[in-house]
Amino acid sequence: MALSSRFRGRWSLPALVVLVALVGAVVVWARQGDDPPPVTKRDAVIDVPESPDSDRAIQLDTTLYLPERTPAPAVLLPHGFGGSKDSVATQATELAQRGFVVLAYSARGFGRSSGQIALNSLDHEVRDAQKLLDWLATREEVRTDAAGDPRVGVTGGSYGGALALSLAGVDRRVDTIAPVITFNDLGQALLPNAARTDPVDTTSPSPGAFAEDGVFKRSWAGIFFSAGLSGGDLAGPGQEAQEPGQDNDGQALNDASAANTAPQQQGAPRPSGPVNGACGRFQADVCAAYTDVATTGQASARTLEVLRRSSPATVTNRITQPTMIVQGEQDTLFGLDQADANARQIAANGAKVKVVWYSGGHDGGSPGPDLRGRIADWMAFHLDGKGSDPGVGFEYTVVGAFRSSGSPSLRNVIAPHYPGLPGGDPVERRAVALADREQTVVNPAGGNPAAVSSLPGLGSALSRSSSISSRLSIDLPGQAAVFASEPFTSQVLLTGASTARLRVAAVPGQPVPAEGAVLFAKLYDADANGVRTLPGSAVAPIRIRNLPADGTPVDVTVTLPGAVRPVESDHRLQLVVSTTDQAYANAAQPTAYRISLASPDLSVPVVAGVNATSDVPTEALWGIAIVLIVCLIAAVVAWFRRRLAADVDPDLAGVPLVISGLTKSYPGGLTAVKDLSFRVEHGQVLGLLGPNGAGKTTTLRMLMGLITPSEGEIRVFGHRISSGAPVLSRIGSFVEGSGFLPHLSGHANLRLYWAATGRPAEQAHFDEALEIAGLGDAVHRRVRTYSQGMRQRLAIAQAMLGLPDLLVLDEPTNGLDPPQIHQMREVLRRYAAAGRTVLVSSHLLAEVEQTCSHVVVMHKGTLVAAGPVEEIATGSGEASFRVDQPEEAATVLRGLVGVHGVAVDGEQVHASLNGTPRAEALQALVKAGVAVDQAGPRRRLEDAFLELVGE
Amino acid sequence: MKTSGAGAHDTGGVHTDPSAISDLTDAAAHENSSVAPDGSKVGYRAGRTLPIRVELARQLRRRRTQLVLGFLVLLPFILVVAFELGQASPNRRSGGFVDLATASGVNFVILTLFVSGSFLLPMIVALFFGDTIASEASWSSLKYLLAAPVPRHRLLRKKALASGLLSVFALVLLPAVALLVGVIWYGAGEAVSPTGEAASFGSGVYGVALAVCYISVHLFWVAGLALYLSVSTDAPLGAVGGAVLASILSQILDQITALEDLRDYLPTHYALAWADLLSSDVDWSQMARGTFSALAYGAFFTLLAARKFARKDITS
Repeated sequence: MALSSRFRGRWSLPALVVLVALVGAVVVWARQGDDPPPVTKRDAVIDVPESPDSDRAIQLDTTLYLPERTPAPAVLLPHGFGGSKDSVATQATELAQRGFVVLAYSARGFGRSSGQIALNSLDHEVRDAQKLLDWLATREEVRTDAAGDPRVGVTGGSYGGALALSLAGVDRRVDTIAPVITFNDLGQALLPNAARTDPVDTTSPSPGAFAEDGVFKRSWAGIFFSAGLSGGDLAGPGQEAQEPGQDNDGQALNDASAANTAPQQQGAPRPSGPVNGACGRFQADVCAAYTDVATTGQASARTLEVLRRSSPATVTNRITQPTMIVQGEQDTLFGLDQADANARQIAANGAKVKVVWYSGGHDGGSPGPDLRGRIADWMAFHLDGKGSDPGVGFEYTVVGAFRSSGSPSLRNVIAPHYPGLPGGDPVERRAVALADREQTVVNPAGGNPAAVSSLPGLGSALSRSSSISSRLSIDLPGQAAVFASEPFTSQVLLTGASTARLRVAAVPGQPVPAEGAVLFAKLYDADANGVRTLPGSAVAPIRIRNLPADGTPVDVTVTLPGAVRPVESDHRLQLVVSTTDQAYANAAQPTAYRISLASPDLSVPVVAGVNATSDVPTEALWGIAIVLIVCLIAAVVAWFRRRLAADVDPDLAGVPLVISGLTKSYPGGLTAVKDLSFRVEHGQVLGLLGPNGAGKTTTLRMLMGLITPSEGEIRVFGHRISSGAPVLSRIGSFVEGSGFLPHLSGHANLRLYWAATGRPAEQAHFDEALEIAGLGDAVHRRVRTYSQGMRQRLAIAQAMLGLPDLLVLDEPTNGLDPPQIHQMREVLRRYAAAGRTVLVSSHLLAEVEQTCSHVVVMHKGTLVAAGPVEEIATGSGEASFRVDQPEEAATVLRGLVGVHGVAVDGEQVHASLNGTPRAEALQALVKAGVAVDQAGPRRRLEDAFLELVGE
Repeated sequence: MKTSGAGAHDTGGVHTDPSAISDLTDAAAHENSSVAPDGSKVGYRAGRTLPIRVELARQLRRRRTQLVLGFLVLLPFILVVAFELGQASPNRRSGGFVDLATASGVNFVILTLFVSGSFLLPMIVALFFGDTIASEASWSSLKYLLAAPVPRHRLLRKKALASGLLSVFALVLLPAVALLVGVIWYGAGEAVSPTGEAASFGSGVYGVALAVCYISVHLFWVAGLALYLSVSTDAPLGAVGGAVLASILSQILDQITALEDLRDYLPTHYALAWADLLSSDVDWSQMARGTFSALAYGAFFTLLAARKFARKDITS
């Protein structure tokens, strides 16, 4: 015991340090297991023909990422517009870590690859990719389905995603694709027209009207073109979109890293390819097409042909591979309608199609780690048969209204399938009535000033705080017609593209532009205060050819931009039709139109689904169970150990107190009590006498079970004392000061103390105890107002509650005044006389002599003397005489029969009379002429005690 | 004699009646001192010591308990006044917890829990648990309870239970008052979650009730730590302050994103996981992890506290 306590004291700090170090080591070790598998990279330059039948070759700069184990299925990873193979390095590494051979390459005209940009032309970029498949098939690291047919999937964002679609359409060797934020029809993406006079198929959530003669998406097209000129990756989303469950601060880190890498990409050395002036690295026909549309705002047949040739739409009817289509909800370049068209066209071939809408897009950021992981899951299942089937579910991300530090909170919703695909149900559409009122809108000359909906290309800066970008939109007065719904009574989760029927008429007398009426429709979410939010910041441009100048109205169906938006109760939907938009080529000719609703109902798509939840947290549940079991075991073990602690000696059942060999030593070498043994018999008032620091209080604390002895034991009525031993209920104690709750009265303190013992109230004898305390009315005052003496008396009264068989009082007369001291002595004597036992400690000899029947003298933790006070005080018949002639007196006493042990001590002479009456000795002295000043029993106790105290 | 003033006053008015001694000795002489086989007085049973109602009575009469509970009643009113004074547009339906607070009564409760979750609630739990043993030690009343005798394991258990009841009462009181205040001021409308979902008033109240349950469980780690500190020191302030400090430290470390998933090991990492309850399809994974984290830390410290208290020398 002593050893262990010393051990605890001296070693607790080092032990703590070791424990912390161990925990740290375990954590580090556990994390080492998570280290990603190693990935090796090999750069290679692969020659491909410049054009289908050309002898000239161009060089594609590639990097092959090899996983730990080969052969493995391959993933071809084309990059976005303006990027290079370096811009997909992160995703390539991740995929290689998942066990794929990944081929990243710079497309022709980008990065270090030579050649000219032909915009994913089937004759150029797609053939390049086919050559890369040939090359992959020759690599021994790549698993093959047949000779020359590698097991390969294609995924890529934007420009790369379109390549994935086109390649899958023309090359059967591609086993699966995952196009991300890409287009179906580049012509519709850059020259959209969202209005048709004939009906639009609205069975899917986000259909686009895809009508002819679109309005030129000027700002985005310009950004795209300049990205091809300068090589800067302006067109791609500069950063990752936020994902559900992702911390905002984590996003900040990602942003920082994105910001760091961006300049490197832009500063990449320009390749030594041919640069032909204003066309940069674009192929001549592409350059000409852009110049045509950018200058006129209209697409010529040649331009449309260039765009058509670059569009996956031409080959989607041949795609039968499993396809995971990922599209962004914050994308004013390639909206959800493009993904909708891809999904429908591919699913029509009977292919397996999964659609995912995530919170990013060209305005909102590229897929984050979670979504990239799900793309890798898709590849793993469809290329390798690993993992669970990702299925054909439709997932979309709901951007919440909550935006702490600028980023929204998100949740993913999963529906069983993308509505409107073959074999599936059409999407649910709710009719929302709009207030119809014919309004006239004016197109300003030159299309300026123009309404603002989004700021393309600023995506990286603004999209993070979509609260800003979605509220940036400005409609100019006089240019916009507004049709608002009634406030919603319950929340509606708008999921996709709403459609509306508009009636547009020219104002008679106003000219109708030759290129047709250009209008822009958008759907706002307006809250109760009129604060409007434009979901996705997107607008649907409309061009109506041949609008009769006489004012005859034309009815059109308008597909509004696809979005995911929870419209709260009390909010309204607002359909706004304006004549201008900053991001588009507006009509230059000043004119005016009358706008009204052909149908009062707005058709709002709703896709029911369940929130994506993580897997059942089994490890956490197991952890909870283990913790509970450990606690239970600890409780049971403790219970058994307590049961075993009971120790009774029936021979001592009648002895109030036996202390044997009691030792208490503290760590550091201090020994407060050393080998103390004494015994208190029934009916005694025992005084424990010793100077301060003799170990009296420590002994009493051990008696109360407050301190564990280092060695030896204390037995009370035969029961060995341990903490909380039941026999303690027979002891009433007052040790080293009172202990009361200062906020309660003395009376309440005693009542609550007794209640805490759990014993019946009638055993307490409150009235008798309180009478002993003698506090009068003060007993109802708070204890904090008491004087030292009052607390002392209350504490003694508390010790007497229940009339204990052994009353233990430590310095009971401290702080009492003389009459009270007198009374206290009386109390103790008579209490013992009534059949109880009292143990009193004191450092005052007189106190013990006057109060106690027996005494134990302690000094420095050891027993000095023990016995009845009389015996100890008087010794066995010894006497002291104070005389004027000590030597003379000694001689006389030695002469008496039976007297021995005569000693001279100054004026005093001590002698053991040994049965001789003191009076006789006195007489002999007087006879011998010795003047006796004082005669009495020798006070040996005092001598001993003074000696001790005097030290 | 010994003391002037107060002492003289005390001894002047109050004195032991001489007959008191006779009364006592008579009682002692007549009292039949019968003893049970385990050595205890008949009437004493270890299983009856320190009943929970006694401990609650001891704690509830304390000014600090009354002040804390009073403050919790007052806090929602302070928040309402703050919102009324501020220029917040009434009945907003979008924005963060704070922006949404006035959307409905339930949203107001959510705000109240949100603003008090990081500091106030851990502090209250730390106060009830950290103070419970240490204050007895500082009043010296602990030794008399142990010598009564209340077995140590039972004393710790009952005191922890009483602190737990007080803590849970405080944790329920705050949202209950907030709900009442919220409904009176902002109505019993739909609860709007920060992710933009709307829930009926009833399911919102149900979600808040579950959130309170989660918070109660999650703060178990604070309770365990405070209890351990409470048995380790005789200074109540040290025990309470130590636990609060640990909570703050954990929250600070949780802000350091460079620690990445090491932060999952921080006890406060899952403190706001109850926000998941506000969505229609509840994701339980974070709350399960938070529960595990809290239980593991809480059980560790509680067992440590029990071990320490069982072996400690009481010298106060």
